[in-house]
Amino acid sequence: MTISAILSLGQTSLELGLIEALTVLALFLSYSMLNVCDLSTDGCFTLGAAVGAVVAVAGHPYLSLPAAMLAGVVSGFVTALLQTRMGINSLLAGIIVNTALFSINIAVMGGASLVNLNRADTVFSILNKLTKGTVWHDYYKLLIAGAAVVLVIVFLRFFLQTKLGLSIRATGDNPDMVRSSSINPAFTTMVGLCISNSFTALSGCLLAQYNKMANIDIGSGIVTIALASLLMGGVFLGRGGIVKRAIGAVLGSVLFQLVYAIALRFNMPTFMLKAVSAVIIIFAIGGPYMKKQLPLLVRRMNAMKGGRNHG
Amino acid sequence: MAEHPILSLKGVCKTFNPGTVNAKQVFDGLDLEVNKGEFITIIGANGAGKSTLFNAICGSFYVDKGRIELDGRDITYIPDHQRSRTIGRLFQDPMRGSAPGMTIEENMALAAGRGGWLSSVSRADKEEFKQRLMLLDMGLEKRMKQPVGLLSGGQRQALTLLMATFNPPKLLLLDEHTAALDPGTAEKVLNITRQVVEENNLTCMMITHNMQSALELGTRTLMMHNGHIILDVRGEERARMTVEDLLERFRENAGRALDNDRMLLNT
Repeated sequence: MTISAILSLGQTSLELGLIEALTVLALFLSYSMLNVCDLSTDGCFTLGAAVGAVVAVAGHPYLSLPAAMLAGVVSGFVTALLQTRMGINSLLAGIIVNTALFSINIAVMGGASLVNLNRADTVFSILNKLTKGTVWHDYYKLLIAGAAVVLVIVFLRFFLQTKLGLSIRATGDNPDMVRSSSINPAFTTMVGLCISNSFTALSGCLLAQYNKMANIDIGSGIVTIALASLLMGGVFLGRGGIVKRAIGAVLGSVLFQLVYAIALRFNMPTFMLKAVSAVIIIFAIGGPYMKKQLPLLVRRMNAMKGGRNHG
Repeated sequence: MAEHPILSLKGVCKTFNPGTVNAKQVFDGLDLEVNKGEFITIIGANGAGKSTLFNAICGSFYVDKGRIELDGRDITYIPDHQRSRTIGRLFQDPMRGSAPGMTIEENMALAAGRGGWLSSVSRADKEEFKQRLMLLDMGLEKRMKQPVGLLSGGQRQALTLLMATFNPPKLLLLDEHTAALDPGTAEKVLNITRQVVEENNLTCMMITHNMQSALELGTRTLMMHNGHIILDVRGEERARMTVEDLLERFRENAGRALDNDRMLLNT
């Protein structure tokens, strides 16, 4: 493997990692801050891809990004409505919306399960043309993905320090306290999910334009991958300020893509990606628990041995 | 007392799980009037309905019948988070009143609730938070950037008290807020409570299991039993009362001896 091959592998991982980092940041808001595991993430990611692709095909590459984000806001709003106003369990609300989105996504794509963007102008193809002949040309994909991630982190940095942002964080931390601060936790949950889903949809929209196509299962399993990235990032930069933790989340996402790319180089079949992400998430969440249980297990086994000796 | 009462409950009824085998009638036409500036202590055996009374006032549930008025305004059907604008409440559990993953400063910013949704804490606000924390004399003003989860139970309860009274509420409800603390800390928090209530001239209701402090603290004492107020003393009569008198009155009114170990041990 040549140096340039390694570099290109690294760059592709970085690009994909940054695009998917937007979903990781969405979960950073909903899972880490709001303490809601938003299972509509898969469907919302695909929704962003579908809406973005359809708008781009219609000839509005710039409009495709806000359109996808708006679709994400609507999806998040419905998920939040189910759990705060209709008493549906938050996990179930996510699954229901996710299921409904499957039909909606196909409807958005005009009854097809695939939209081809090869001939359409996208934000990537536009920047590709713009940077032609400059030093930036090799990095135009990186520029778009990086800019989106930086914008989202800057937004989170300021937003989470506002009164609304603090209320959203407190809702996940101690809803009783939010209520006693005269804030309706139903409202903060709603705002939080609308924002996080807009990031997820943006992530899907960018990935579709990056891949030059949107298909119905572009988002399947993304919630597990993003959660695994989020938890991996938390291992490195889990404590401290918002920016530090958000950068940790992005780092986790890039690292995940890198590990995945390396595994592919070593001939891991593509279809194993989801199993690998599942294993990572099991260890990331279950690991600390098992580590805590281990000394007890050892002690119990020793006691049992001792008991037998005495008996 | 020409003024209207700050809080009034009229004919409040509440049954939990109605129509099931677990149906439990807690209140059956409860009446209570609280005047401005009063400091009421509430005692009663477990299950007497003391905390449930607070829950009704705060809107943790809606009452089945009756009417609750706060400062002349009917709040019977106002949701809990809106009532909390004018009602402050502390629980026995010191962990309930603050967000552990957020810093002291962020917790106080939420309690202060200043500005619009998108405004953030100003330098002047931060300075004011520090000044207020100094009143506690616990060194918390030097730990503004630390998460609240690192504080001890007593420190958290004192902080919660400060947060609940940051914008002086019309009514402060204290639900055994020192019961989970060690005796030394409990006394400190109680002293801070007294100070805060006096300084802001707050109307306050406090549930306690300590009969001695029920008589010493405040201006009026209520005793509850099975969802009824069986004793309501204030002024001269209260000043002369001893713990023995209280126990005697309980026997008379409830028709049985007070069988709460925790309460007797505290006498």
